[in-house]
Amino acid sequence: MATPDLAQSVQVTGSKSKRMSSREREQMKWGLFFISPWLIGFLVFTLIPVVATLVLAFTDYNPVQPDIVKFIGLKNFSTMLTDAKVWASLGVTVKYAVLAIPITFGFGLMLATLVNSKNLKVSEGFRTLFYMPAMIPIVAAGVIWAGVANTQTGWINLGLGAVGLPTPDWLNSTTWIYPLLVLIGLWGTGNLMLTLMAGMQGVPSEIYEAAVIDGANGWQRFVNITIPMISPVIFYNLTLMIIGAFKYFDLAYVLKNGTGGPQDATLFYALNFYKNSFEYNLMGYGSALAWVLFLIVLALTAVLFATSGRWVYYAAGDGS
Amino acid sequence: MANLALPKRSYQQRDLLNKVLVTGIALFLLIIFLAPLGYMFTTAIKSDSQMSDPQAPVIWPHSKATFEFNGESLELFNVPINGEMQELAMVKKTRTSSEFLDPNNPDAGTIMWEGNWRTLDPVYVRDPQWQNFKKAWDDLNFPRLFLNTLVIAGFGTLGAVGSSVFVAYGFARFNFKGKNILFMILIATIILPVQATLIPTFIFFSRIGWTNTLLPLIVPHYFANAYNVFLMRQYFMQIPRAMDEAAMIDGAGRLRTFWSVILPQSIPALTAVSLFHFFFAWNDFFSPLVYLASKPELWPLSVGLQRFNALYGRQPNLIQAGALITLVLPVIIFFFAQRIFMQGIVFTGVDK
Repeated sequence: MATPDLAQSVQVTGSKSKRMSSREREQMKWGLFFISPWLIGFLVFTLIPVVATLVLAFTDYNPVQPDIVKFIGLKNFSTMLTDAKVWASLGVTVKYAVLAIPITFGFGLMLATLVNSKNLKVSEGFRTLFYMPAMIPIVAAGVIWAGVANTQTGWINLGLGAVGLPTPDWLNSTTWIYPLLVLIGLWGTGNLMLTLMAGMQGVPSEIYEAAVIDGANGWQRFVNITIPMISPVIFYNLTLMIIGAFKYFDLAYVLKNGTGGPQDATLFYALNFYKNSFEYNLMGYGSALAWVLFLIVLALTAVLFATSGRWVYYAAGDGS
Repeated sequence: MANLALPKRSYQQRDLLNKVLVTGIALFLLIIFLAPLGYMFTTAIKSDSQMSDPQAPVIWPHSKATFEFNGESLELFNVPINGEMQELAMVKKTRTSSEFLDPNNPDAGTIMWEGNWRTLDPVYVRDPQWQNFKKAWDDLNFPRLFLNTLVIAGFGTLGAVGSSVFVAYGFARFNFKGKNILFMILIATIILPVQATLIPTFIFFSRIGWTNTLLPLIVPHYFANAYNVFLMRQYFMQIPRAMDEAAMIDGAGRLRTFWSVILPQSIPALTAVSLFHFFFAWNDFFSPLVYLASKPELWPLSVGLQRFNALYGRQPNLIQAGALITLVLPVIIFFFAQRIFMQGIVFTGVDK
């Protein structure tokens, strides 16, 4: 099979022809044929809408009166700068991210270490059960935790009260709502746990053995070997989590019925976007909010990728 | 000799101790981690009065025990008689003394007890309210929500899997100009927030009359997505090319090779992708909220449960029963398919 191909490509380069060989044409034809569903979908549901969102961001489009739309220049963007809700929603989003990301990572690392421990009996059972809450539909999870955090009959406060600790009104406090959201988020640690665990299992055992000979204790091995070796997994999950904070919507909506309360404490950026676009029908303004969201996510991703060279370790040969 | 044997035994002991310790910590953590499910279940089977009774045991639903006598229902109390606690049925109560019957021997006549009856503890018996599930089922209109969810998840899964294997095969097996750039664009769409495309898409769907139908929740999934394509492509690349070539030498065309050589070998990956989409669709709250807000008869479980929660705020028992019946199916499917599912997670999450 290989010989005629070789001959053909030699011929093509020999004649310096720009024309594709019949094999290349065949590859192109079939390749494009197979990826065509995505190409079409990308155009119709991604590329054109992203551009259209940008165009709409310069208009006062309102779906109730779509025919009297007009261009208003940068007005939506200047409104954003003075819109207290926008700043509040950015504050909420950042506050949540700063609290949730380290705690979730800590918890995920702990779970991964635990289920990966050679001292754990029936580790597969533990793995499945620690993963399981991630399978619970998010609305159901929100509803369950709203009950657990209930001031009268919820188990959190019954437990705290039993040992004499203060019993906050989790759902109606502008302070305590964040720890509650983080707690609920821990139910979704399953993916992080599994990927970190798989990363840990991929670390060659010789490295640990060498470290033991050098006298490194368990904690030193974890910090100096495990963490650097799984840094690509950490990087991937960190990126998704930071972006996730800016898309955070479902739980905020379920716990407070989309009000954004108490006092805008759950008015996440994505919720504010939703309310403007679909409750107040300000779709022009919503488009501006969406584009700014897009730019924020792009910038954060760019920063993460730019700094990743300094702390993400890719083993040789793992260039994919 | 004894000296030599000792270190070995103590090593084994230490090993056992470590195992007990680590497993114990894990078990403790797991119980706390899953405790909210216990709250959900025990709350779901309580009545309104059981929940608001401050004296009742906290976890399992209990009711005050009663004793039927001469057509009357008498409450049972723990009464100290001659220094001994007895469960007696109250016949008559006053603040200074009360009359009781012994339920084991009611014909013996009443027993007088001096003291305020309010200081006595009522007798509780286990009394789970299983009918709450029936009530939540009806009030939620569960069969309708379930059917809608099944239609969205089922047809969506069909499209997501069908399109993704197709696209993944294209990326895995053919070499053409721009392929790598296209693949990078595909992967980059992972970070694209749905909000950045939502408004024009919504306007488009509403212009063609698709809002307030299930179509916007199904049709876009027929055009492949990054996660699924990535997983399938990785899988295809592990299948030796010689298999394709052998089939083609035998005269099979590209489509036939794909259909009868590649797909049959990709069942685990196909299963994983199907599960991903099925769970995604079952879970999805945002899209149905946007597209079906004013069409309750088409709501899936996610939106239905959220609205139920908003309306029945004063009846946590029914809300928890509703939550339980919405999570049962995905959790059961997960337990049956957990190995394939979790392998798929690792596959997409580690290789990037």
